[in-house]
Amino acid sequence: MDLLFKVFLKCLLKGLYFNGITSMRVVIIKYNAGNIQSVLYALERIGIQAIVTDDHELICSADKVIFPGVGEASTAMRYLEERNLDTLIRDLKQPVLGICLGMQLMCRSSEENDTECLGIFGTEVKKFAPSAVQVAGGLKVPQIGWNTIYDLRTDLFKGINDQSYCYFVHGYYAALGEHTIATTDYVHPYSSGLHKANFYGVQFHPEKSAAVGERILTNFCQGIDG
Amino acid sequence: MLTKRIIPCLDIRDGRTVKGVNFENIRDAGDPVELGALYAQQGADELVFLDITATIEKRKTLRELVNRIAHHINIPFTVGGGISSVDDVSLLLQNGADKISVNTSAFKRPELVKELAREFGSQCVVLAIDTKQEEDGEWYVYLNGGRIPTGRKTEEWAKEAVGLGAGEILLTSMNHDGTKKGFAIDITKKLSISLPVPIIASGGGGTMEHFAEIFGAGHADAALAASIFHFKEIAIPELKGYLQGKNIPVRV
Repeated sequence: MDLLFKVFLKCLLKGLYFNGITSMRVVIIKYNAGNIQSVLYALERIGIQAIVTDDHELICSADKVIFPGVGEASTAMRYLEERNLDTLIRDLKQPVLGICLGMQLMCRSSEENDTECLGIFGTEVKKFAPSAVQVAGGLKVPQIGWNTIYDLRTDLFKGINDQSYCYFVHGYYAALGEHTIATTDYVHPYSSGLHKANFYGVQFHPEKSAAVGERILTNFCQGIDG
Repeated sequence: MLTKRIIPCLDIRDGRTVKGVNFENIRDAGDPVELGALYAQQGADELVFLDITATIEKRKTLRELVNRIAHHINIPFTVGGGISSVDDVSLLLQNGADKISVNTSAFKRPELVKELAREFGSQCVVLAIDTKQEEDGEWYVYLNGGRIPTGRKTEEWAKEAVGLGAGEILLTSMNHDGTKKGFAIDITKKLSISLPVPIIASGGGGTMEHFAEIFGAGHADAALAASIFHFKEIAIPELKGYLQGKNIPVRV
């Protein structure tokens, strides 16, 4: 990134912070995945100014970090590793929210091109493999569309009703396990939300999930303590 | 349970929403961003914006429009119309589009589908097909908004495009489009049961029964319509209530 622009961004962030215009500094990690802009716009709609950056210092000094993305796991991991963003994300101490591919990359590994991921959650990410009967019944891969989330835990889902609809687009899933904080049924029940320490992940796209998604983003940015 | 999707389509020309009957007779139906936001509020599951503007300034106006839509709408949206390169798509995604649809350009150069899927992922590549059933009973692909016949069978092209990486198919029946006499059930069903990707049925939706038919007998994953929503002939909440009563899974 251009040095002047970097300096400008830092001044802008500090300026906002010290002027008290916003008490919350939210950073969206920039990398080679799609859909990142949508998260920025979604935050704007709910009155939260965030910045999109891959600058290590800016990411580390943020109050909240969002790690979004749509794309392919091995390409994304390689990109993160080349820029040492893998180590940086693993070591973050403030609340981090992974979205879709971001959540999957926070798991141990992904079947998508046999990728070793960040290992924050011990969960394995596998490909949906519907049976012949399920395929005949109309279950397609990837899952595209609105499905429900249930068995909701942690303040990330505060105020969200069981069986609320969220928007999903994915062909791989995280299995149920000790870190599961939301469950969805497609082919079989799987983790649509994960949590461990300061790390949160959602498989669906809160930035595209209408009012339910907006509440979840608000909860993350304003309702979860760092 | 994954639900069936209701998708209002906004045809855009020079920044306004328009709607033709059988691809002709264009009428004005209002500001696309306002309309889109209204549909999102009413419970539309996604939106499709098809740009039919044919000016040199097109790229810039479409980019600005997409940016405005992305700032106002909290559900996924697809943008289509005259997209023919990775650069075109990159620009639209950077401005907040979730998916893009390609039609004529992909048919003329199928490698485009592959390039887009590799660069942005299949989930964002919607292949739009305008199809027409001819006297021999077969369904054929048409190009340029339905003006140019190709002689290629729809099922063959759909299968090839999915093999190249198309993540969804938006299938518009020219025989049905604008008629309000119901969707094309047979070709929609054929594609839906033979292909591993979602099929969005388009053209002909006029009553709530038509939607129940295309989700039931037609096996469609989503149904798209324009004028019946724009001219308030069917309201989305009522339509969803009706479908729910027919045991069709919908988001309400």
